[in-house]
Amino acid sequence: MLKLKVNDIDVEIEEGLTVLQACEKAGVEIPRFCYHEKLSIAGNCRMCLVEMEKSPKPIASCAMPAADGMVIKTNTPKIEKSRKGVMEFLLANHPLDCPVCDQGGECDLQDQSMFYGIDKSRFKENKRAVPDKNMGPLIRTQMTRCIHCTRCIRFATEIAGVPELGAIGRGEDMQITTYLEKSIQSELSGNVIDLCPVGALTSKPYVFEARPWELKKTESIDVMDAVGSNIRVDTYDWEVKRVLPIINEDINEEWISDKTRYACDGLLNQRLDTPFIKYNGKFEKASWEEVFKIIKSKIENTSKDKIAGFVGDLSNMESSYIFKEFFDRTLDSSNYESRSSNYYVDNSERENYIFNSSIKGIEDAGLIFLIGANPRFEATILNARIRKSFLNNNTKIISLNDVGDLTYSYEKLDGQTKTIVDIFQGRNDLSKKIISTKKPLIILGESFFKIESAKYIFDLIKNYLKKNNKISSEWNSLNKLTSDAATVGSLDLNIINHNENMFDGLNNHKYEIIYLLGQDDLKFSKKDEFIIYQGSHGDKGAEIADIILPSSAYTEQNGYFTNLEGKLQKSYKASYPPGEAKEDWQIINELAEFMNNRKLFNDKDELESSMFNFINLKRENKNLQKSNIEINNSFKNEKLLVDYKSYYFSNVIARASKTMLDCHNSKIGVKRTGTYG
Amino acid sequence: MTLRKISKEQPDNFEFTEENLNEVNKIIKKYPEGKKQSAVMSLLYLAQKQNDNWIPLSAMKYIGKLLEMPYVKVYEVATFYTMYNLTPVGKNFIQVCTTTPCMIRGAYKLVEACKEKISENENEFVKEKNCSWMEVECLGACINAPMMQINDDYYEDLDKEKTLKILDQIISGKKPEPGSYRGRLNSEPENNRKTLLDIKNA
Repeated sequence: MLKLKVNDIDVEIEEGLTVLQACEKAGVEIPRFCYHEKLSIAGNCRMCLVEMEKSPKPIASCAMPAADGMVIKTNTPKIEKSRKGVMEFLLANHPLDCPVCDQGGECDLQDQSMFYGIDKSRFKENKRAVPDKNMGPLIRTQMTRCIHCTRCIRFATEIAGVPELGAIGRGEDMQITTYLEKSIQSELSGNVIDLCPVGALTSKPYVFEARPWELKKTESIDVMDAVGSNIRVDTYDWEVKRVLPIINEDINEEWISDKTRYACDGLLNQRLDTPFIKYNGKFEKASWEEVFKIIKSKIENTSKDKIAGFVGDLSNMESSYIFKEFFDRTLDSSNYESRSSNYYVDNSERENYIFNSSIKGIEDAGLIFLIGANPRFEATILNARIRKSFLNNNTKIISLNDVGDLTYSYEKLDGQTKTIVDIFQGRNDLSKKIISTKKPLIILGESFFKIESAKYIFDLIKNYLKKNNKISSEWNSLNKLTSDAATVGSLDLNIINHNENMFDGLNNHKYEIIYLLGQDDLKFSKKDEFIIYQGSHGDKGAEIADIILPSSAYTEQNGYFTNLEGKLQKSYKASYPPGEAKEDWQIINELAEFMNNRKLFNDKDELESSMFNFINLKRENKNLQKSNIEINNSFKNEKLLVDYKSYYFSNVIARASKTMLDCHNSKIGVKRTGTYG
Repeated sequence: MTLRKISKEQPDNFEFTEENLNEVNKIIKKYPEGKKQSAVMSLLYLAQKQNDNWIPLSAMKYIGKLLEMPYVKVYEVATFYTMYNLTPVGKNFIQVCTTTPCMIRGAYKLVEACKEKISENENEFVKEKNCSWMEVECLGACINAPMMQINDDYYEDLDKEKTLKILDQIISGKKPEPGSYRGRLNSEPENNRKTLLDIKNA
């Protein structure tokens, strides 16, 4: 521990920290532009100058390692003068266009110039003008505003792992650009907008949309992938204008993926705003009562085993739970399913389907083995953690398949399932490595669970890890990488059919009524089925539906989501659904009331407490159903195909988003990029 | 600074010659293993030499691949240093020193000569003459001022006529003798003087 004095306040800090961090510990705020906790230190903006005893000149506190006995002063006239000087130089070439700048109101330069700027300019010469750069469909550039802090370059190189941004030229002619002005090939590129302390890099879809002080800010949870990034949803009236990250060190640090940030314009398009009934292949508007009537008569005239329900990938846990309750209690049926295809999962033990090592745990891993996963597209934020681990600890990363550029280098195996069996029967070099590593990390992607011998291999892996003490209370190296936000929650709620294979039933046209709760990913050809689609967007599910019940998207209702590591988080209502649309749980509750004259739950609180009660019981294994379905438990060698949804079109909201389409078009055909490509 | 703008006309391909590749391997060996990026400046210089005094984008890409570093990092280096030319300058690249000592000794006469013989403006690549000229800051040969540099050679103690003659030869493809054009050996005193005391007011 080092002892310092900052403005006569004594502070004790750990070794290896900088003077700036020591000042922060003492509660002294230091202005800065280039310094950022998560990035390497550049020390080029000079805004963080402080006075140090025995030093004739002020020092840049962000780049100066703290040492024992330092006496730092930050409130002397000399420091004030030097900060004013630095600010004057920064403003010399900075345009005075705050009124038309999107950063206005949340601009570091604007804020700090209020404290350190002088009210007139001594710079009579022409200001520098810099041509704007093309950085793709997400980032709008106004490079004249750039103050050369290089945060964006450091982010792209270090965190995103796409060293495409650079500073070309020198001195006054220095410019930040991508290599030959190509758009950044990263799924994290939007974060440079948050990092930019001025308005040089701003959001292209959000350009001139709103001012930050006009927006209502709601802290919420993202559903674009299963990571459960913590976000802030900014709304103006009912429109979601933008989505920003909030810091959660355990999950997303301070980054979010581009899909999380930019798919929000999909919340305005393709919305279902009123109930629809299909007459002769054409949808016609209807009232809630009409559609309920039809549903009631249809259900009453159909035997209960011919009714099936499917829960989609974006449903919050309350909706899924009340859906399940509706089937259990109102229809007296258990024909519900949350998977979208028949992949293997055993939800009797929670460790079988969550990311046990936790996202933060990736940083401690000694070896990472990816089986059937492409974390870059399936869980972008998690991939950034793997990269962090790779950079900081030089963690060895092995993938069974060659899945293209993951922003770090990794060893590729042949992609045969036989190799997995060899490894986990101790016949491969890798087997020894896994045993000898203290904290190995086995990541099983969803593609793995789709192979024929998934159960056999999964049990093999689990037993091998258990035998070698890699699954213990301290460290659980078995991880499933889920890609959809609702998956873990639905498995926690046991929304999985233990009695029959519903996908066979679908393909054999066994069901007469199919109730889709936001489920758009089912692959089957419609014949005579009567399909009820409840969801927020007119997409694949609504297309085949006979009745559409309009509901709310994730920003329009409160709801719980369990992320891939099993953490329960609540997302909050930031806006309200359009037109006649209602919240998912309300629709089902009202439908139940319509059919039986009895609500399933009196209010949301009752629903929540019932749900948590169910989850707690399941954790104690009290209400567990054993699966009655025969699952193939033999081994057959095959090539594991890593198959995942197209990153920019993975769910209904993303598919309805114009921005995502632009991104997709700008990146078409680009799979391998960067240094290691 | 026009030379640091990227040329619009770019060759499709660039590769080091066999000879230069040997040189490259020698340069890379100077640095510890895994640190071969350090060789980027030497390689850029080599590429510039091979490619008529300028570095095309394909060369930067080629060097980036060779040294396993991101292209943009090579690009950064190439745009940072003024002595890397990023547009064609011709096989004969003429740099006229116009810093104070040369200027006092008549460097602008040399500039006039260049304007007459090559192009009205500096940094203008004249294709048929295969050369271009530019004013530069001190080249460190003040004692032989005024002077100019053509590719790797210094031409010193010049005046307008001598410059015109040299330029004529250059344009017609000959290589004039470098060095002092007043018959001095390197920068020794004229008329076989051994010290400045021999004749006053030298």
